[in-house]
Amino acid sequence: MRLKLEPSPDHIKEEKIYREMGLSDEEFAQVEKILGRLPNYTETGLFSVMWSEHCSYKNSKPVLKKFPITGERVLQGPGEGAGIVDIGDGQAVVFKIESHNHPSAIEPYQGAATGVGGIIRDVFSMGARPVALLNSLRFGELESPRVKYLFEEVVAGIAGYGNCIGIPTVGGEIQFDGAYDGNPLVNAMCVGLIDHKDIKKGQAHGVGNTVMYAGAKTGRDGIHGATFASEELNEQSEEKRPAVQVGDPFMEKLLLEACLELVKSDALVGIQDMGAAGLTSSSAEMASKAGSGIEMNLDLVPQRETGMTPYEMMLSESQERMLIVVKKGREQEISDLFEKYGLEAVAIGKVTDDNMLRLTHKDELVAEVPADALAEDAPVYYKPSREPEYFREFQNMENEIPKVEDPEAALVSLLKQPTIASKEWVYSQYDHMVRTNTVVAPGSDAAVIRIRGTKKGLAMTTDCNSRYLYLDPETGGKIAVAEAARNIVCSGGEPLAVTDCLNFGNPEKPEIFWQLEKAADGMSGACRTLSTPVIGGNVSLYNETNGTAVYPTPVIGMVGLVHDLDHATTQQFKAAGDLIYMIGETKAEFGGSELQKIVHGSIFGKAPSIDLENETKCQKQILKVIQNGLVASAHDVSEGGVAVALAECLMDAEGLGAEVELHGDVVAALFSESQSRFILSVKAEHQKEFERMAEASLIGRVTAEPELNIMVGGSKAVGLKVAELKKAWKGAIPCLLN
Amino acid sequence: MKFAVIVFPGSNCDVDMYHAIKDELKEEAEYVWHDSESLEGFDGILLPGGFSFGDYLRTGSIARFSPVMKEVEKAAKAGKPVFGVCNGFQVLLEAGLLPGAMHRNESLKFICKNVSLKVENNETMFTSAYDKNEIISIPVAHGEGNYYCDEETLARLEENGQIVFTYHGENPNGSVKDIAGIMNEKGNVLGMMPHPERAVDPLLGGADGLKLFKSILKQWRESHAVKA
Amino acid sequence: MFKVKVYVTLRESVLDPQGTAVKNSLSKMGYEGVEDVRIGKYMELMIEDKGQDLESAVKDMCGRLLSNPVIEDYRYEIEECVVS
Repeated sequence: MRLKLEPSPDHIKEEKIYREMGLSDEEFAQVEKILGRLPNYTETGLFSVMWSEHCSYKNSKPVLKKFPITGERVLQGPGEGAGIVDIGDGQAVVFKIESHNHPSAIEPYQGAATGVGGIIRDVFSMGARPVALLNSLRFGELESPRVKYLFEEVVAGIAGYGNCIGIPTVGGEIQFDGAYDGNPLVNAMCVGLIDHKDIKKGQAHGVGNTVMYAGAKTGRDGIHGATFASEELNEQSEEKRPAVQVGDPFMEKLLLEACLELVKSDALVGIQDMGAAGLTSSSAEMASKAGSGIEMNLDLVPQRETGMTPYEMMLSESQERMLIVVKKGREQEISDLFEKYGLEAVAIGKVTDDNMLRLTHKDELVAEVPADALAEDAPVYYKPSREPEYFREFQNMENEIPKVEDPEAALVSLLKQPTIASKEWVYSQYDHMVRTNTVVAPGSDAAVIRIRGTKKGLAMTTDCNSRYLYLDPETGGKIAVAEAARNIVCSGGEPLAVTDCLNFGNPEKPEIFWQLEKAADGMSGACRTLSTPVIGGNVSLYNETNGTAVYPTPVIGMVGLVHDLDHATTQQFKAAGDLIYMIGETKAEFGGSELQKIVHGSIFGKAPSIDLENETKCQKQILKVIQNGLVASAHDVSEGGVAVALAECLMDAEGLGAEVELHGDVVAALFSESQSRFILSVKAEHQKEFERMAEASLIGRVTAEPELNIMVGGSKAVGLKVAELKKAWKGAIPCLLN
Repeated sequence: MKFAVIVFPGSNCDVDMYHAIKDELKEEAEYVWHDSESLEGFDGILLPGGFSFGDYLRTGSIARFSPVMKEVEKAAKAGKPVFGVCNGFQVLLEAGLLPGAMHRNESLKFICKNVSLKVENNETMFTSAYDKNEIISIPVAHGEGNYYCDEETLARLEENGQIVFTYHGENPNGSVKDIAGIMNEKGNVLGMMPHPERAVDPLLGGADGLKLFKSILKQWRESHAVKA
Repeated sequence: MFKVKVYVTLRESVLDPQGTAVKNSLSKMGYEGVEDVRIGKYMELMIEDKGQDLESAVKDMCGRLLSNPVIEDYRYEIEECVVS
């Protein structure tokens, strides 16, 4: 079973070669026990990728158990390519978010591009037509040439892939903070639509059925990508460049159309994307989920390079490949189907009944491993958890209001913060209109796309303010989910479910594991209260550079159902004379706020508090008034507080302004980041009905003068021309890049 | 009126074109795969946007050798309306059905947004429903829309009224003379970078593109009424 | 077996925004005296010797597909190579 040049099983054990592949001594011993013998080089490789955190969730499993994963509408929870939620009329929405952080840190264009490609495959491998893309990005401060380079290339990579394949990129969010200087985060989300009857799963049922390989050929690219994703970055990471794959969106477009034709065929048994850990994970998981085995002849695998070893073929992460199981005897029609798109689909093996993953190469047996052992039996670690000292310190601080001499200057300066500033520079590079369904384009709270042939639409967003999470992971976790739901509700959608991407540091550090645990507690609580179960997602740990972790960043991707597109609402004020209402209470809460960051250069103290019951009540009221046609615009108050939220309501409202009166401390009234607050505008004729249905305070009105005037406690705090606000807000990012 | 929507491997605005015809213009449309060798029975030919063959090598350069392109040429010769948008325009240029060539945008970035266009010539089968010099809002979405031609060609285009649309105000890609769309001398082949098929439904932000399709339909009806 | 190296460049009269961007970037990085950058494409074709008129075949490929004569020039080199 041993190939020339590869270390012998004894050698692997004695020299601890498995360690280079990412297996610990205990894990290697466990492998030996499972097999009842020493694994050869290929087998060691199979275990090392399948038991990496990226594939096995061995460190995060105990945390993931906290999430609610069921609900009336949930058709498919975590465990498949993507989760599925019923939206009525025999249709369902399929979505998932995934990280591509490490590859993007090394080679930003290709890293981001292949991240998009991977998440699209997860969705269409379920049989769904991908209809929208979103992303959630984190970079260091937009100052150093390196960060600018990463930012520009990541955006170009997302654009390059999404635009070419023809799926609109309709939304997302970007946060800039020094915590991400060396370790940017690139999370991509894909949303698809499916008819219930077309739902496919990645399962290899039916002994004797044929295992086929479809799509791009296998090369040596990306070998050990999954293991790479499970390590910290350091100076040597640049040298690991070969682990980054190159994407081919054209190939994927063909694969997408071919697979969507394939799912209509009754010859198809199961289908799964060859994502992380490529041929290994797809074959082992499909067999394991079906309780079957798979036997493959690696000589039959389409190869791009010559002389590839079984180890290389099994661990390659070449992109745009699918593993499919078809009914025996139907292989030719499947090959013909792919041929129409200029693609190769070849039989490489068959389904067996003995639960083994068995590989042959050049007439020799090169690996024989129980599929469950690879896919299911990775060790689960209950990592020690410890409250970090900083947390206690922050909790003991009093809420302090940052000193602001000139509120107008502070507002302009907040609007120029890259995290708050207009992202037009970014989304104008994304084709957000292709497929002509985009009703609410990027730039409002959530994007809305129509479901063609119905009155319905889908609202979607990604959110996470990681500064709050750093100060207080539990509260921050609640806020992340609540804010996503706010964005959905403000756009006229009923929140359906969540996909999450848990980006954290090294879980072997007890303080990091504590952040992960607490964040999951907060998120789970919010998901339960807001009735938005988690239907899938991804974990990305080891986001550290030279020992410093990123802020805990559990990105929430949420999808909502707009029952009638007449309810689709944007944040822009619509007409002079409309009344402006605020929902929610303002307290002096500045921990982790943009203002605190500007004034002090750092963040500290308590995160803003949140009451989930109150949050739910507010959201229900807002959805109800929107659905009753009483709301002209709706916007949630987030980074930068009420003043920034009001300014944002005016940015694309041609020729309009606002006059508003607030109370209390000037700085708190304008810039506090208290949660569960909303700005709504309402036509004067709807005043009575609106006030009957919503607990909101009338704070002002929309004017025909393009100015933002805010009085606080009877005296004028802000009086600025909208043009000036716009200049600061729209010009900030292009200005920083030049 | 029956339209063919040509689908190359990598086309991705084919669906948009199809629905613009079916749902908004309320006429017939059918997808035609690029290896088809006949366009019989079609009254108008639409080449949609996208990234045909990945736009590898040059935009549109590989698609122009697809078997169906011979038929497109025939249809053009026969005087049928042939309309290419974005990648479709690029294919028409590569095929030599329209003069000039396409470069990367001056900004070197893909750009997707609504732009203002000026209808330079409304005496064409594609624009008769517009007023002369009418300003319309149509989205662009391209990385290579920087139209180029030499001076001589430009002079000819201007003289013959072949420049149908120009960018009004901001030019998103740096094209020669702000050119957004041109037609052939005969006036039955139009190529443009902006996407009128994305501007046919007020729900999605505007319907200024619908008049283009209505113009084509009007001309077809008139010419058929005469024959009948 | 022949190895054909094809170089496709933009015609001199044609503006090259990509080249200009690279030139500016090099200047910003401190490299002095970079007067002009023109970006082109390089392609390698491996062609089996079937006794065909290789020269005219390559010209044809260049003129029809590998370059766009409206904006691009091409040149090529043909090398005979021994396949081991």
